[in-house]
Amino acid sequence: MMTFYWVALLIISFAFVGLLYRLIKGPSIADRIVALDALGVALVSIIALLSLILETKFFLAIILLLSILAFIGTVAFAKFIERGVIFDRKPNR
Amino acid sequence: MIIISISVGVIFSVVTALGLIRLPDVYTRTHAASKSATLGVLGILTGTFLHFLLIEDHFNPQLIIAIAFLFITSPVSGHLIGRAAYMSGTELAKETVRDDMKILRKKTEDPK
Repeated sequence: MMTFYWVALLIISFAFVGLLYRLIKGPSIADRIVALDALGVALVSIIALLSLILETKFFLAIILLLSILAFIGTVAFAKFIERGVIFDRKPNR
Repeated sequence: MIIISISVGVIFSVVTALGLIRLPDVYTRTHAASKSATLGVLGILTGTFLHFLLIEDHFNPQLIIAIAFLFITSPVSGHLIGRAAYMSGTELAKETVRDDMKILRKKTEDPK
């Protein structure tokens, strides 16, 4: 069982390196944002497998936190490259 | 059961990385990233939840919340990235046959 978890962690680390390749090389900004989003998701699964390997349940709060942070970061970047601002100003005040 | 769901998660994570490396433009890459990365991380989190439930006899509601949250928000972020890339003028791949949103982009770029 433990060997299976280690092998899964190794394969996901290779996938992580592949996503890093797209993050470095990506021709446009949107490519890099896609790669960052997928990197956050891959990091969530790496943390889940690490908590299985280390047999601790204290890492499981990190999973929820990291998925929320990845979503907020992606939304902020998408809004930035679409409109140029992240927080809109109030129109009349 | 744990082994099956974790294997599905690992396979789909590798498919995500392969898709991000090999596909030609931003939109096909968002397609790969949003769908298969969602299924991959859902498989791994389900495996983790089942491991803690069946072997260590510990019910963890945070993992269920994380699974639901990822299932809702990952396609939404894929959609936002694709829309932002289109509106900021990233070009399509050269295999593209038709572009139905071209009128909308022209209207956005010059609003009169």
